[in-house]
Amino acid sequence: MIMVNLIGILLIGGLLAMISERFGDTMPRKVAMAVVLIDLLYLLICLSGMPEITQLQAPLAKDPSTWLMHFKADWIPAFGISIELALDGISLLMVLLTLILGAIAISASWTDIVVRKGFFEANLLWSLAGVLGVFMALDLLLFFLFWEVMLIPMYFMIAIWGHENRGYAAMKFFIFTQASGLLMLISVLALVAINHSNTGVWSFSYFDLLNTQMAEQTAHWIMLGFFVAFVVKLPGFPFHTWLPDAHTQAPTAGSVILAGILLKTGAYGLIRFAVPLFPEAALNFSYPAMLLGAAGVVYGAVLAFGQTDFKRLIAYSSVSHMGFVLLGIYAWNELALQGAVMQMVAHGFSTAALFMIAGSLQERLHTRDMRQMSGLWQQMPRMGAVAMFFVVASLGLPGLGNFVAEFLVLLGLFQVNAWITVVAATGLITGAAYSLLLMQRSFQGEVNKKWADHGLIDFGSREMLTMAVMMIALIVLGIYPQPVLDAAHPVLQSLLELTTDPANTVAEVAR
Amino acid sequence: MNASMFSALAPILILSLTAIMLMTQASIKRDQSIASMITGVGFVLALFAAHYARDFAQPVTILLQVDHWSLFFTSLIIISSFVTLILSLETFSPEGERKEEYYLLLVLSVLGAVVLIQSSHMVSLLLGMELMGVALYAMIAFPEKGELPLEGAIKYLVLSACASAMLLYGFALIYAATGSLSYLGIGAGAAEAYVQNPMLIMAGTAMVLAGIGFKLSVAPFHMWTPDVYEGAPTPVTGFLATVSKGAVFVALTRFYIDGNLHQYSGLNTALVVLAIASMLIGNWLALRQENIKRLLAYSSIAHFGYLLIVLIALSYMDVQLVSQSITFYLTAYLVTTLAAFAVVSTIAGEDVKRQDISAFEGLFWYRPLEASALTVAMLSLAGIPLTAGFMAKFFVITVGIQSDLWVLLGVLVLGSAVGIYYYLRVIFAMSKSSQGGEQTANNLEKILAVALIVSVLLLGSWPQPFIAYAGGL
Repeated sequence: MIMVNLIGILLIGGLLAMISERFGDTMPRKVAMAVVLIDLLYLLICLSGMPEITQLQAPLAKDPSTWLMHFKADWIPAFGISIELALDGISLLMVLLTLILGAIAISASWTDIVVRKGFFEANLLWSLAGVLGVFMALDLLLFFLFWEVMLIPMYFMIAIWGHENRGYAAMKFFIFTQASGLLMLISVLALVAINHSNTGVWSFSYFDLLNTQMAEQTAHWIMLGFFVAFVVKLPGFPFHTWLPDAHTQAPTAGSVILAGILLKTGAYGLIRFAVPLFPEAALNFSYPAMLLGAAGVVYGAVLAFGQTDFKRLIAYSSVSHMGFVLLGIYAWNELALQGAVMQMVAHGFSTAALFMIAGSLQERLHTRDMRQMSGLWQQMPRMGAVAMFFVVASLGLPGLGNFVAEFLVLLGLFQVNAWITVVAATGLITGAAYSLLLMQRSFQGEVNKKWADHGLIDFGSREMLTMAVMMIALIVLGIYPQPVLDAAHPVLQSLLELTTDPANTVAEVAR
Repeated sequence: MNASMFSALAPILILSLTAIMLMTQASIKRDQSIASMITGVGFVLALFAAHYARDFAQPVTILLQVDHWSLFFTSLIIISSFVTLILSLETFSPEGERKEEYYLLLVLSVLGAVVLIQSSHMVSLLLGMELMGVALYAMIAFPEKGELPLEGAIKYLVLSACASAMLLYGFALIYAATGSLSYLGIGAGAAEAYVQNPMLIMAGTAMVLAGIGFKLSVAPFHMWTPDVYEGAPTPVTGFLATVSKGAVFVALTRFYIDGNLHQYSGLNTALVVLAIASMLIGNWLALRQENIKRLLAYSSIAHFGYLLIVLIALSYMDVQLVSQSITFYLTAYLVTTLAAFAVVSTIAGEDVKRQDISAFEGLFWYRPLEASALTVAMLSLAGIPLTAGFMAKFFVITVGIQSDLWVLLGVLVLGSAVGIYYYLRVIFAMSKSSQGGEQTANNLEKILAVALIVSVLLLGSWPQPFIAYAGGL
């Protein structure tokens, strides 16, 4: 029930936030913040009653009772569809990230949103609820439902409160993700139909569908349906084209949620579903997948270098960083997977912070064009220093979370394919180039006279507090990443066993 | 004919009685409110009658087949007609000309639809279809002033006549080949006749398919749809989109199943072509529409393309899941379409300019209830989870996968992806900020909007009871 409550609190909180607008203009954001913090607190209290994650045995992928939490209730028994939620180390990390970044996103919307605040905060909370559902659902149809439904509030956030070209961006975002989602739906139903003809039972449960026996060719096609849906969301090259538009046009809080959390649902789906459900087919496909990952790393970096729009640059840098995640997942060994999980968390914080800075600049300067910014550090030293911190974090400075992540990915990848590692490693260099360029163009250099007598306001205490949370998180991740690694370790271990266990492979059946 | 057969015919008898009452009333005192009252009471009684007739399910003569499946659709059609009635009250408001005949036409058209649904013989099929159609021509042309309704009605009349001629010729050919006009007789004799004279059977069924395809407006028989949808008064458009098309599809399904038509691969290929063409053309042409009624017209073409997939799957699997899927899909489609037309009728009325998508700008902020209803309807038509439309699509895809219809499923994905764009355009327009005028809907229409949203969402989020019910039909 804990997991149902976690989602329910956010859903009802959204309604409350919408209604609360009647009682005061500033009420919605306060209510929303309270709801997210209550949700986070509730999760932590529930967790404190449980054994330490590190002491848990490796959860057996096939046995839900060994998971941290498990909940199952009938929904549409005619087709074996149930409300099945479960939590293990990786989902727990993602849920925590979602709630923390949710609070940060609300803080980012504090002064940014001026119209229809109640409806905005409601949409924000509802999209968080959808993302939590994605990270916890283990019934494939329920997962698909959350996967699709979380997009609707996000669509509204971009379409109503976005910037100048919001209609186009919102539409493109929605169509890309929906169309790829339909492919996933067909894959899910095909998988279930095969399981049905094998066993005579309708079931959408992850635990029943693991090890579904099918012909190699079939597995390949079904796996591709999942792969495309997840890679569009990730986004991986060449399916990334919706991302720069959506990120650039979204309001700041929307960008924070998009980049910080929504992209991670794609990576999570690959780790949880695409590979374990079709181990043989997915690992046969690992070479093209890694090539796409490496291409994403390089292509994203090159395009980021050419941008003049502050937010667009960060958006393309996300493409580059998520390339590392794709590489880490398809290298499919513990080191690389740990790196991918680490990257999901660290990139969440660093990019969210950068988008908040971009949002603050837009609020003050009413432009995102870096050619019109220059020497802003002198007028806003606190913002400049904070930006410097997150820029170097994003380019992978040792001692911060992103470095650990990318280093682990490269280390793991090297055992699998040295040449792809070499290509991917250039991403670190190009990353430094575009990140520093961003810093130089906007905050360093001569003071642009246009802003000299504009009376720009530096970060206040609310913004500094928000930034401090993310800075501390990145420093802790960089210096002492062990808790994250410990949380992910048993899960990854069991997944690796599952996919390398010869008894489970498809080839046996095919022969 | 014995007493229990009359009981089985209760819905038809009640509707006929209502029609007679309306004619009598018109000769005594012409009054619109009395006419609408009689119609409403007639529909409610017919609904009860449909429930009552469940205990007497049986074939009534050779012409009609009263069973639970047809009685379920009879109820659904009567409920849709009741919604049409509520919407018509506002549209044909009492000022000006005399409007009582409209209600008579409505009742006659519903009567035709019910006969069509229960038909098990080509004569009753034709009778039902013509009764429904002829009343519809007059309903489309009912507004006296506009040119668009007249244009729509004439288009529908002329093309409909062609379709009926085609249908009749098809019947004649089938009769020549099998010597029977009842579905079951055709089903029994068809296999033998196919060996002796395949061309006759193929040509006959192809012509029947063309005639029915016209009524369903599947491509390439769809040309009339946008103009008629746009020209007809909005409640009538809603009626045409739900009652008329739904009844025809039910009749087609029964003809297809009882007549054992799914065993002919040639006919199946023809259906595949129709389905693919409808999905592509419907979705593609809807992209460029500015008028929301035209948009819904093209969207309905696409939806009947999706629905044809289920019919095609009949060749590869058992009837049970197929008829369950058709029941679910038609119910979901009817409820969703009614919700859409209810909002369009309330917001835009009969003013063509206000039917433009751009005229819906800002609706969220000054008419939140109607905007939410239209949003739910659009999301359901697009097939987004938690709405009825999603579960409907779920059924289609499940059936398609089990029959290995991968090409059709591929086209379905493509079509749906295109479809999201135009459905979202409507939602996006409503979410824009604009200084909308204050308008007020009457309470009846508000209750209607809420009821329809709730049904669409319930069918999508808690479908188990309905699936179980549909499975038992």
